[in-house]
Amino acid sequence: MRKYILSTLFIVSLLLSWSTHLSAQVNADTTQKSEKKAESFNAGNLIIDHIVDNHEWHIAEIGHTEVIIPLPIILVDQGKLVTFCSSKFEHGKSVYKGYKLETERNSDKGKIVKVVPGTMETDKSVKKPLDFSITKTVAGVFVSIIVMILVFGSVARSYRRNEGHAPKGLQSLLEPVILFIRDDIAKPSIGKHYNTYMPFLLTTFFFIFFSNLIGLIPIFPGGANVTGNIAVTLVLALFTFFIILIKSNRHYWIDIFNTPGVPWWLKFPLPLLPVIELAGLFIKPFVLMVRLFANITAGHIIVLGFISLIFIFGQMSVSLAYGVSVVSVFFSLFIDLLELLVAFIQAYVFTMLSALYFGMATESHEPATHNN
Amino acid sequence: MTLLSLLLQVATDMAPIAKLGAALGAGIAAIGAGMGIGNIGRGALESIARQPESAGDIRSNMIVSAALIEGVAFFAIVICLLVVVL
Repeated sequence: MRKYILSTLFIVSLLLSWSTHLSAQVNADTTQKSEKKAESFNAGNLIIDHIVDNHEWHIAEIGHTEVIIPLPIILVDQGKLVTFCSSKFEHGKSVYKGYKLETERNSDKGKIVKVVPGTMETDKSVKKPLDFSITKTVAGVFVSIIVMILVFGSVARSYRRNEGHAPKGLQSLLEPVILFIRDDIAKPSIGKHYNTYMPFLLTTFFFIFFSNLIGLIPIFPGGANVTGNIAVTLVLALFTFFIILIKSNRHYWIDIFNTPGVPWWLKFPLPLLPVIELAGLFIKPFVLMVRLFANITAGHIIVLGFISLIFIFGQMSVSLAYGVSVVSVFFSLFIDLLELLVAFIQAYVFTMLSALYFGMATESHEPATHNN
Repeated sequence: MTLLSLLLQVATDMAPIAKLGAALGAGIAAIGAGMGIGNIGRGALESIARQPESAGDIRSNMIVSAALIEGVAFFAIVICLLVVVL
């Protein structure tokens, strides 16, 4: 009997939702009248609002009060520094010091714009002020930094205390991962001088891994979509790009502009292959950026979509929503488990490809020696 | 007459057709990802069947290649999303 328990639970939940939906059809008129008072649920807006950056950290809505953390706004307007708390904007309803949050659904939505003095309209003739505010994503980056400093500070201290002894505690949890990065990512890709790149590879791997994991926690301080923000992944990819540029040797540039072993008519008079190779130099970090961003954002959108499904069905009838919530929560749980795997895999792929590019940039052209 | 006015409406307002194109593009990207990762899985399973001791090595390489191919599929998804949102 025990092996059928999962399938019976599934079938019972489906039957419950369908039977209550049939009975709710009878009461459809009375429920619809009361629902016209509340706003209709817009799943697209909910998902987009959870994915994009925001000037305040929205935690919950208890009853009619919203629990939010207003984050500081730091603007540089034509050389002048302006700082204030984002609660002065009152969710975009009021103007403060000549600025307001753009609420119309155009490309400036959610950003801070200047207003025509005395009115609430956007002043379209001046440029927007430079926005250096601590937004939700920036606060999420700070949370990741604090977690990393706490974890690795404690691990480093235990290494100093436990010198000569076996590792214990958090040390023994992280040592296999650090050695995995050294032995399976850095050493095979970079070769002899892997130690110079180890700090960057370790920091990148753990920052991406911890940020991905913290982004899966639905409540404060987790839930800020850090690695799902293309600006964050752009910066990570730019680090890789600049390290490649700085550490590349002559042979790397000769392989780009004068690839050996390739027919001459691909390089002169029309430099077809050099252009392709130069594009590759830019495209490889660009792909790193888009891969991480798309994977993490897609995972968040899927989980948010399953949860929104409950509320979409709730618009039709509340009991149907209860039935669907069982199925929806199971699917969200499955996707969340998959996202745990994706969090690790994306950190691993980013770090491995960075190490590969560093190895390619610093390859020395000694004659190949066979070590077996 | 109504058919002509309907055709005129379709010809001038291409926004819903753009969204249709984006949705079809996302579906085709999913087909591509499925075919690619299916090939990886087939190669991995055949290799494990030939030499079961190297299952661990083969599994890690399979997951890495699957992540890279998924990256390409996500490119297409992001472009389709841009068509719908922008």
